[in-house]
Amino acid sequence: MMVDVLLILMIVGAIIALEVKNLLSAVVAVGTVGLVLSLVFLLLQAPDVAITQLAVEIITVILLIRATLRLELPQSPLISRPVGILTGLCFAAVFLILLVPGLKELPAFGSPTLRVAQTYLDQGLADTGAANLVASVLLDYRAYDTLGEATVLFAAVIGVLTVLRAQGRKGKQVSKGAEHGEE
Amino acid sequence: MEKSEKPPLERREEAGMTVVVKTVTRLTVGLIFLYGWYIVVHGHLTPGGGFVGGIILALSFVHLTLAFGRDAAEATLPARVTGLVEGLGALLFVGIALLGFLGGVFFRNFLPKGEPFALFSAGIVPPANIAICLKVGAGLFSVFLALVFFRFDWERRK
Repeated sequence: MMVDVLLILMIVGAIIALEVKNLLSAVVAVGTVGLVLSLVFLLLQAPDVAITQLAVEIITVILLIRATLRLELPQSPLISRPVGILTGLCFAAVFLILLVPGLKELPAFGSPTLRVAQTYLDQGLADTGAANLVASVLLDYRAYDTLGEATVLFAAVIGVLTVLRAQGRKGKQVSKGAEHGEE
Repeated sequence: MEKSEKPPLERREEAGMTVVVKTVTRLTVGLIFLYGWYIVVHGHLTPGGGFVGGIILALSFVHLTLAFGRDAAEATLPARVTGLVEGLGALLFVGIALLGFLGGVFFRNFLPKGEPFALFSAGIVPPANIAICLKVGAGLFSVFLALVFFRFDWERRK
């Protein structure tokens, strides 16, 4: 019940983020969605995910505010509004037609089809010695996945640094501001 | 070309925020830093772990940077050190994984498991948490520095 209310709040926040004209308000609305999502994780008894979601959301909002606040983004859409709404409805219809059969196949909430989780619950403490089973899965049973995740983050950081630094250096050599469009 | 209030705004952002923010930051930033390490070190006992703890550690430096400006942040944690720490974390994690070959398999839990619920337990999980924390924290902080300060550089040059 509580979770349903929070999910509706998230949808409302997402719609506000899309529709509002002011960029800062949109970022705040996105932040609301993330914070409510962390509450949902907490209510679903996943404190690890809730903490992660909270911390990531805070740093995301800070980055978004600092990175977008003084940007003058173009407001005019590429296509006219009726065409946009029509296209959106078409895509939504196709998505729903494909989604509904898939959702009917899903097992009931809280009764997964995979049995592997029960093994972790039964033997996790004896196998790894870690009292927090999430940590034992992340860093022992499935440590290889964590290595992949760390690699993805590493690649993302290198990408950000490379792209932004190239702009900075080009600005130094080439005539000023030529790279960044008008104004 | 430039508005009259633009240079003060930028200078203010590089010099930090008001004295209220600075005082509160001085009181809280150490606590945030400690809490981050607590989450990391107790990752195998309580909810949390290297990823979240690393983000909280990065947030404490972000806090410092936003409140005191770029120079103070650069004095506390130079950008070069951030890169080094990230590389160190990555190498540490892969090193732990490779040391698993002592027992025959990649990522084998080769350290003694110890008592459950003790701080020094669970074999490779706490060291791996620390490695992940260094990697994630330093990585996110350098992304923050890049997105916030590289922009200042080329905006000022315009």
